[in-house]
Amino acid sequence: MNEGLARRMSAAGQPAKGTPMLAFVLRRVMQSVVVLFVMSLVVFSMINLVGDPVDMLVNPESLPEEIDRVRRDFGLDQPVHVQYWKFLLGAISGDLGKSFIFGRPALALMAERFPATLELATSALVISVTVGLPLGVYAGLRPDGWGTRIIMGGSVLGISIPTFWLGLMMIIVFSVVLGWLPVSGRGETSRFLGIESSAFTLDGLRHLVLPATNLALFKIAMVIRLARAGTVEVMALDFIRFARAKGLAPRRIVLAHLMPNILIPIVTVLGIEFGTLIAFATVTESIFAWPGLGKLVIDAIVNLDRPIVVAYLLFVVTLFLVLNLVVDIIYALLDPRVRLQGDET
Amino acid sequence: MRKFIFGPEALLTAAATSLGILAGPVSASDLTVALAAEPTSMDPHYQNLTINNSMATQVYDALVLQDVNQNLVPGLAASWEPVDERTWEFKLRAGVTFHNGAAFTAEDVIATMQRAANVPNSPSSFATFIKGKTFEAVNDLTLRVSTEKPYPFTPNDMSRISIIDSAFVDATTEDFNTGVASYGTGPFTFTKWLPGDVIELSRNDGYWGAAVDWDNVVIRPIGDGTTRAAALIAGDVDFIERVAPADLPTLESRDGLSVFKSVSNRLLYMTLHMTDDPIKPYATDHEGNPIASPFRDVRAREAVSLAINRQAIADRVMDGLSAPAGQFSPEGYIGYSANLEPDAHDPDRARELLAEAGYGDGFKLTIHGPAGRYSNDTRILEAIAQMLSRIGIDTDVETMPASVFFRRFSRGGPGDTPEFTAAMSGYANGSGEPSHPLRIFIHTKQRERGYGPGNRNGYSNPEVDKLIEDGRSSMDIAMGERAFIQATEIAMREYALVPIHHEIATWAARDGIAYEHGALDSTFIHKIRPQE
Repeated sequence: MNEGLARRMSAAGQPAKGTPMLAFVLRRVMQSVVVLFVMSLVVFSMINLVGDPVDMLVNPESLPEEIDRVRRDFGLDQPVHVQYWKFLLGAISGDLGKSFIFGRPALALMAERFPATLELATSALVISVTVGLPLGVYAGLRPDGWGTRIIMGGSVLGISIPTFWLGLMMIIVFSVVLGWLPVSGRGETSRFLGIESSAFTLDGLRHLVLPATNLALFKIAMVIRLARAGTVEVMALDFIRFARAKGLAPRRIVLAHLMPNILIPIVTVLGIEFGTLIAFATVTESIFAWPGLGKLVIDAIVNLDRPIVVAYLLFVVTLFLVLNLVVDIIYALLDPRVRLQGDET
Repeated sequence: MRKFIFGPEALLTAAATSLGILAGPVSASDLTVALAAEPTSMDPHYQNLTINNSMATQVYDALVLQDVNQNLVPGLAASWEPVDERTWEFKLRAGVTFHNGAAFTAEDVIATMQRAANVPNSPSSFATFIKGKTFEAVNDLTLRVSTEKPYPFTPNDMSRISIIDSAFVDATTEDFNTGVASYGTGPFTFTKWLPGDVIELSRNDGYWGAAVDWDNVVIRPIGDGTTRAAALIAGDVDFIERVAPADLPTLESRDGLSVFKSVSNRLLYMTLHMTDDPIKPYATDHEGNPIASPFRDVRAREAVSLAINRQAIADRVMDGLSAPAGQFSPEGYIGYSANLEPDAHDPDRARELLAEAGYGDGFKLTIHGPAGRYSNDTRILEAIAQMLSRIGIDTDVETMPASVFFRRFSRGGPGDTPEFTAAMSGYANGSGEPSHPLRIFIHTKQRERGYGPGNRNGYSNPEVDKLIEDGRSSMDIAMGERAFIQATEIAMREYALVPIHHEIATWAARDGIAYEHGALDSTFIHKIRPQE
């Protein structure tokens, strides 16, 4: 992440240096299309090197005609470049192919599973900010306090304990021993403001707490470390000293002067981390039997459902391209120096 | 997971023994079940896949049903018999209706066969069981099925096809997934399916057989074994399949839970390459130069079998969840021969046999297998490698994901030939038809005739081939079975395959629930009953 952050720090200045925002966005979109094309080429050719889907799909008791039929129907009898060309033609018109296993369009299958994953990732993000930010700021304000030691020690644990192990532990403690929360699955969903989510029902929330917390733990630790580092850095700056000298209340210094300044890097990093929450919730989803994208893609990898794997990887690439772009724009809006210069042009 | 000294299983055990939360009494009306996987479709004709097929039997019936040991029992056909060498006649059950109220007749069977053989985008269709058969309705309740050649397994094939209402002959797979067309005659009606999340079924009060006890059944796919066990202990679900071996002692020792086990027909075996050509890089002399497969000699194959300590694998690798095997079928299952015992562990005799075969100094061998496909597959291979090394075969293990393994296993070598010299794989008879493993693995490979698609080591014995073919074209089923058992005995004594073990299938439930189980490791919801 550090590299990404550093890169963004330098890239973020771009829209402000006299380039109109629209041109900046357009250029980035063009670059994205090229990246997507290259990715599709790489992913498609790599996945065609692995195994043969027919072995995974056709029941071994079938007659040889059946094996030939499946190979023909799924276009697997064609050379890879022909298969890729067909894929590309379809992709341009928004068709990423049909799942071998489910016989349905890959995009439709992913769209079906996406809300569950989005809900999980959003909850995890909210948890990591609401828990991580206050703890991190506290640790930054009192670098030598005993509370800080506990917080920082905890954050080391949060970063180093494997997600799947922690997930199982949480199930055992909160579901099996204490019996407070359900073990797995997604609860009842309901519709609010046009969004269907399990976060709007009590049963849904009860199902959501464990997986969302499990997914958030790593990010909480990360937010703590970022917030602490930012706080330590900013608190030493002149304008804070000046504010103190002016006799402002500590509360006001933290909320009005410290927060906006440390938020900039945190927002930047979290934007990208949100992408990783969506893209790599796989482990958490598998343990908690959460019906999201992760389970779909794991099954697809195991069973060589190539269209789903390709569509998923392209989706993830697109997700990160879009998030990068959005973060750059938000960054430009958040940073007062950038905005001021931008306004002048 | 095993690497953690204080792993989740350990804590699960601690939690279960110290702080037991007693499961409440079973609600007589509703049942929640956790399965390890979910179907790829609710269309009973979409894919010939074990989980799809077992789910289909809940909502649909076939003409002929299979009991838990895959013996054929009457289904929508009350009886069947051959009327001549090429024709079977099925007398259909009278008064059966589909869930939508439509009456069941021979027309529905004919429409079903038409659809099941031609489902678009099917990744593994049922055409295998339908092609080459002519269906004719003699009257509403009499159906004749004829084949070009005498064929004794028409009833077995008919047990694989779920019968749908002829009104839905043109329905799409999507129509079955959403419930628009999912009207069968089975013990449950289909309520809804949210992929990855839940399948809901309700009781069919008008079922022609014994109605099930549950009003509603909720089925949840929980892929992770420890989560599944936790869900049962926490009382979230009433019944689970496939207890992870590490969780088994916990569940067995716990009050309020019962565990069901049975030796399944899932066999783990080794196949040893036994022809001169081609010479493969996986058997070499001690300097690493490839040699012709030592397993051309039956004595070398026998040496491998005697070197394997099957009981040690069962006790130490499988946590007791395997039964040493000496043939395809477990005891009590179709095609079982009482004359074949699993080979006893005898490393001294194995060394002698190797010397007799001319390999007294041993050789180097790489054995291959899938990782994560079968229970403990990698650890079994490692154990076997140690056992082989002890008799002088210096053995390395190479495992890979199943998706990679199966391609190389069947055609990774030159000219699309099987790649490996020695490999481990698994097999379960899905059809309940006794010649099935013989046709697939033992008969000489003849692709165009459908013989030997799984024969990857070049085993070929004309006498065995003849027994298999004669049995498969005799309408005298008892005579056929005798021929198959004889063929099995010859092939096993020549180590056409080296059987290792049958996996033991497991289920667990809250007290007050009984499960009728047999040689099939898949789960049949209608066999789950409240205990009297």
